[in-house]
Amino acid sequence: MDNFSPKSWNQKSKPHFFCPGCGHAIALKQLGYAIDDLAIQQKTTIGIDIGCSLLVWDFFNIDTVQTHHGRTTPVMVGYKIAKPQRIALAYTGDGGAYAIGLQSLVHAAFRNNPVTVIVVNNENYAMTGGQLSPTTETGIKTTTSPSGKDLKFGPGFKGPELLHQIANEKSFIARGSISNPVQLKNLLIKAIKNQTDNNSFSFIEILSICPTNWKTDAEQSFERLKEMEKYYPIGEIK
Amino acid sequence: MPDKKIFITGNEAAVLGAIDAGAEVMFGYPITPATEILQGWVAKAEENKKLQYLQTEDEIAAGFGVLGVLLGGKKAFTASAGPGHILLQDPLSMAENLRLPFVGIMMQRGGPSTGTVNFSQQEVNLAAFGGNGDGLRIVYSASSVGELYELVIQAFNTAWQYRWPTIVLGDGYLGKTRSTVLLKKPRQLIPAYPILEEKTEPTHLRNCYSSEESFGEVLKKNIADWHKDKPAIVRSESLQTEEAETLIVAHGLVASAAKEAITGLNAKKNKIGLFRPITLNPLDSDALKKAAQKVKKIFIIESALNQLARIIKYELAGSEIEFIEIAKPAEGFTPEEIITRIKQNG
Repeated sequence: MDNFSPKSWNQKSKPHFFCPGCGHAIALKQLGYAIDDLAIQQKTTIGIDIGCSLLVWDFFNIDTVQTHHGRTTPVMVGYKIAKPQRIALAYTGDGGAYAIGLQSLVHAAFRNNPVTVIVVNNENYAMTGGQLSPTTETGIKTTTSPSGKDLKFGPGFKGPELLHQIANEKSFIARGSISNPVQLKNLLIKAIKNQTDNNSFSFIEILSICPTNWKTDAEQSFERLKEMEKYYPIGEIK
Repeated sequence: MPDKKIFITGNEAAVLGAIDAGAEVMFGYPITPATEILQGWVAKAEENKKLQYLQTEDEIAAGFGVLGVLLGGKKAFTASAGPGHILLQDPLSMAENLRLPFVGIMMQRGGPSTGTVNFSQQEVNLAAFGGNGDGLRIVYSASSVGELYELVIQAFNTAWQYRWPTIVLGDGYLGKTRSTVLLKKPRQLIPAYPILEEKTEPTHLRNCYSSEESFGEVLKKNIADWHKDKPAIVRSESLQTEEAETLIVAHGLVASAAKEAITGLNAKKNKIGLFRPITLNPLDSDALKKAAQKVKKIFIIESALNQLARIIKYELAGSEIEFIEIAKPAEGFTPEEIITRIKQNG
């Protein structure tokens, strides 16, 4: 094991299978550090969605179940009912969270189910080859918006802001970015602690990059991420 | 507690069955004619704090919520019907893939779509073969209130013993009929256990594979297990089949009507028997073949088109037997009608 990998990572599944330059790996490193800092590796269970998220099925040395598209939230809501002492994390992409799984996400927040939902937002359906997602911003080209996303498909979808409207006041809702890993780790820690200490819902959206489908190099990817951060404000949603 | 006689509806019997099977959690969404199972469970949970429930945003969440509970090691179930049963195919398929002991009580209603609200036998295909897999799910069909209670307990036992998703089929008439039943308390319960085991060496469960070969190996093992488990799972009832030359095949409430009908048909003298599958999937093939040994003609009677018939004819493929299908999708049968139809085709 190198000196930089989180201790909670499963070294047998490394190097990982994400595309070169994928933002998931950066997000998962901070999640790993957050789990290490809180010393909760033995108390945590992770549910993951399909899409690129499914590559997390054996990413950590932690009990993990890879579920079905958009269904990670209800699975972890059920798990937490059976196992209230465990820490339940649901890891998903923007499609799973805000399109096919939105109904369950909204209701989990509304009911204040004590689970932590982590959404990696890279503005596209990446595993299927870069289609339009609810979070794709106006004008962005994808394989299903070849001339740029028209406003008739909606502007970029602001999930944390939506959830904030209906979530219990004890919930914790925030947006981080892989451009600021330290802040991201701290937000993840706060989110997990909100589950354990307040027995309440928590939610983190992580702005991320997708060089493969964005067709960007490293520099261009982070330039676009900067633009995303202008539209999607970083920090706790209060 | 000793066995006791009580006057209850089918839906009440289903709730009592789930409780006596050791279920601790129900996730559900109201739908006629299964709503009373959710209501009944919630009423029991008000008295018994060990029982938990969640009325979810839809049946998909109910089904996946149940899967989450199972992963944590508690017995859980849902109850639904028709369009809700369709939405439950999504979690049922995941349960089939991951071999999770999902239990669903499906009170059939008329379809397709919203259809009618009380009765049909049109959810046999859905229960057994409704997923995007090969139908490795156990499906029971109850034909009386007492049997519904017993099969719900059996469903939890089978699901946790053999790790197949398991469905108990009833219908709205059965669910809402009140009758005096003797509740036979289960002699043995298969205990639940955490499927995500919380060991130092973690469990990693996946529902998606990257190569055909690796998934093929998983499916091959599942299919081998299915065949191995089948003899212990299958259940059926054969009535007056030893000398039968004519056989009626029916399940659920239609089989109850058929049972009454064969008395009216002076069945022994006329050599008419009844085969009633209690498991529709897997089918008790050996018992069916035995019952059909001397049979020249089989009447397959169902409140659906070709759903039971396909299962039966597949088992008896290549035989010389004449099949007569009497299908009334989403409508019931009286014993008198069955007698008339059999005499007409006699």
